[in-house]
Amino acid sequence: MNKYAERIYNGMVKENPTFVIMLGMCPTLAVTTSGNNGLYMGLTTTAVLAASNLLISALRKVIPDKVRIPAYIVVVASLVTIVQLLLKAYLPTVNDLLGIFIPLIVVNCIILGRAEAYAAKNPIGVSFFDGIGMGLGFSVALTVIGSFRELLGAGTIFGFKITPDSFEPISIFILAPGALFTLAILTALQNKFKLPSATNGSVKNNIGCGGDCSHCGGSICTTNREMLSSKDEIAASKESIVKKATIKSEHGKNEEKSSQKGGLI
Amino acid sequence: MKELIIIIIGSALVNNVVLSQFLGLCPFLGVSKKTNTAAGMGSAVIFVITIASALCSLIYTGILVRLHMEYLQTIVFILVIACLVQFVEMILKKYSRALYSALGVYLPLITTNCAVLGVAIINVNKDYGLISSIVNGFGTAAGFTIAIIIMAGIRERIEYNDVPKSFQGSPIVLITAGLMAIAFCGFAGLL
Repeated sequence: MNKYAERIYNGMVKENPTFVIMLGMCPTLAVTTSGNNGLYMGLTTTAVLAASNLLISALRKVIPDKVRIPAYIVVVASLVTIVQLLLKAYLPTVNDLLGIFIPLIVVNCIILGRAEAYAAKNPIGVSFFDGIGMGLGFSVALTVIGSFRELLGAGTIFGFKITPDSFEPISIFILAPGALFTLAILTALQNKFKLPSATNGSVKNNIGCGGDCSHCGGSICTTNREMLSSKDEIAASKESIVKKATIKSEHGKNEEKSSQKGGLI
Repeated sequence: MKELIIIIIGSALVNNVVLSQFLGLCPFLGVSKKTNTAAGMGSAVIFVITIASALCSLIYTGILVRLHMEYLQTIVFILVIACLVQFVEMILKKYSRALYSALGVYLPLITTNCAVLGVAIINVNKDYGLISSIVNGFGTAAGFTIAIIIMAGIRERIEYNDVPKSFQGSPIVLITAGLMAIAFCGFAGLL
């Protein structure tokens, strides 16, 4: 398999952002009231993700390491604005459907996570395909979740009625609680069959935030590296203080011993 | 005055930010293991969102609208919020050690919390003025705090329960959140 196809396979199957790494849960839960909404959200995110990976990878040698996170945020925010203006002009229905979740793509942890974990270290071509792969994985996941909720909650898939008339739609599935129940059932099944997923700790990845959105304290992706490194420093300094103290106390004991010896002599 | 009360009840209970709009879900699920930390996170969120919605509203009406650059709102808001959080952290560190030790840990976590940016954008979409924006921000953050503290209280009790093996960990938390969301649907009749 060549390296570009490998990136796409990786994003769609091996490190699927929704099913496996559990990133970007807010849009996943909020917009998946129907298969169409999920697909639109997924494709919009794919466009932003591919473009941001491409740009950040192209700029990776220009952006200084210390200000990289603000720089990434500006790049992503500009791309989101461009996509939002394009949607407003050419696909106003999609813009109305997704509403506030289009500008909120900026704070979707998938985008910053991939920028930090992949695009900042790899050449332009593979970064672009990494973005496409991850975006398509996200789209597939959102479409599947959306179709599932639409089927149970409204009896339709992509707007076409397929259930018999005797089936009474369980409308709670297209309301807010249904999103949480659907995700709960999904993660429970993953636990039951020991499928790879961040929620049961069987997947380790190299994303800055450790991946697992449902256990992360709010998109730590951007800040946890600094926090971890400062923690390490504190731990190291504590250790060194303890070492010094023990060395000192040993010194003290030795001196005492020697003085005792001196006294004896 | 009546409008402001309607805004605050609407944003805190009826359209609860976490349970009906799904904003700020990550900290809601991540920092809700203990009631103390949940309360700390909640107060930090109230603090930041209230200031951020005031500042974003001022910048939007004062600068962006005047210069006809409304399309820059996403970029400007995210930068303002990121700077604001850093700034608040620095000020608290320097002038109020007590507040810093209470809220400091949670401040960096809030920078990319989608609820903060979400509230700023909702304020603009709904054409709220400065006062309404502040009230809406405060109400939303109060709703977040209510939800996260209830969640933490329930999770502390779940610890002692016999949960089926495949539902341990995040599935049972999500189910709890779902039941809470059903309960919060009941507030829809308030307005």
